[in-house]
Order: sequence, then C-alpha cells, then structure tokens
Amino acid sequence: MSVKLTTRPVGDVTVIDAAGRITLGEGSSVFRDTIRDLAAKGEKKILLNLGEVSYIDSSGIGELVSAYTTVTNVGGVLKLLNLTKRVKDLLQITKLSTVFEMHENEAEAVASY
Amino acid sequence: MAELEQKSDVRDYDSSLEAVDVVEAAILEAAAGFGFSEDDLPWIGMAIRESMVNAVVHGNRYSSHKKVRVEWHLTPGRLEVTIGDEGEGFELKDVPDPLAEENLLRQSGRGILLIRSFMDEFEVRRRQPQGTEVRMVKFAPK
Repeated sequence: MSVKLTTRPVGDVTVIDAAGRITLGEGSSVFRDTIRDLAAKGEKKILLNLGEVSYIDSSGIGELVSAYTTVTNVGGVLKLLNLTKRVKDLLQITKLSTVFEMHENEAEAVASY
Repeated sequence: MAELEQKSDVRDYDSSLEAVDVVEAAILEAAAGFGFSEDDLPWIGMAIRESMVNAVVHGNRYSSHKKVRVEWHLTPGRLEVTIGDEGEGFELKDVPDPLAEENLLRQSGRGILLIRSFMDEFEVRRRQPQGTEVRMVKFAPK
C-alpha cells in the first residue's frame, strides 16, 4: 500500500494524517504534491502526523526533507507528530532529528506554533 | 520449528521497482527461521531495498536491456546478499557524506548510509565487463 494522506484543520494548523508507506514511486509523489498544494495555498503551519506510517525508505526520507524545505521556503513551519520508533531511529541515523521538530502529543504540537 | 541449515538463490531481475519489492520480500521470507530477530528483519529488508533501488535507478537507470543479478546465501545466523547492476559504476569516495551539515537537506544520497547502518559487512566492487556489485552480510545476534 502506498501512502494515504488526509488533511484536517486544527485551529490555524493544518494536520496531515499519513498512513501506509512512503517509498520510491507513487507514495513519494502523492506526498510531494500534497505538500506543494498546501504551500501554494499559503498554509504556513503544517503538522505531519506519521503515526500510521509503517515504512519509510531513503526516498521517503528525501520527501520529508523536501517537504520541510518547501514549507520553510514559503515562510512556513513543518513539524512532525507521532513518529514510530523505527521512523525516529531513521531520523536519528540520518541526523535529521536535528532538523525536524518532533512531537508526541497533538495538542502540544498545535500549541507550539 | 527447527532451524534450517542453508538456503540460497541466484537470479536475474528486470530493472524495475516491482523487482525491488519482489527481492526484498523473497529474501525476508527466506530468512525467517535462520535466527534473525523480529527487530532485525525490517532493517535487513531496508538494506536490501536500498541496494536494489541503487541498482535499478542509479545503476541500470530502469533500462529494459539491463538486468540486476541478485545472489543470496543463508546459513544459521548469517545472511549474505550480493546485488549487481550493469551500470557505469561509481566510486564510494565520490558519494557526498549525507551527515555533513551542508548535505543534511539534500533530497537524496542516504541509501548507502542506511545500508551501512543496518548490515554488519558492506563492500562495493566493480563488475566485469561493466557495472557495480554490492555485497553485504548480516549476522543474527548470538
């Protein structure tokens, strides 16, 4: 299964609930298009919920980075929510844990913007 | 279930993303019962996947005329996988360090870092007459 993305507003934050796999191919492009659309619409506070993401490969990690730079370049802030241990380990191995702000509680994450 | 003594396979695959999925699943299925933990197997799968993606995308560039040779050998507590492409080849020293501050926000270039992180042995060799071969080994915890 490739990634399925659902967006919902929580206050002035757009939460993206992601589920499935973010890997090379379809999963990555769906992800990229969604982030670009939100950035183009002027959404500046984006919280990416990865709690239901079962698998991310290096291409998927690249998409997370691309999302981060896309949102940052329009003056927005992208934060991550509910990372599984495996995804958290991946971000640590790749040192991206120093780049992304990560949260485990949605209300606290929304309040942090 | 008693542990199996050994299992191995050598096969050529098309240069496609479907082959990436097929090879990852086939080796993981074969590795069950050889002493690897539930925690280890997904990381082993990711190392295989990253090597296959490198071979299909960067090596063979999805060419229908080029194959990816996958060879694996399982003995209790040990998995050795060799994945070879028919591409132009690359030098490990030319791959930018993805952990360097200036490279952290690059979109690609983390595959080899991940393979090295998850496998116990990793080497890149040139194939004759053309291509690159990645050999990696994982030992199960004793």
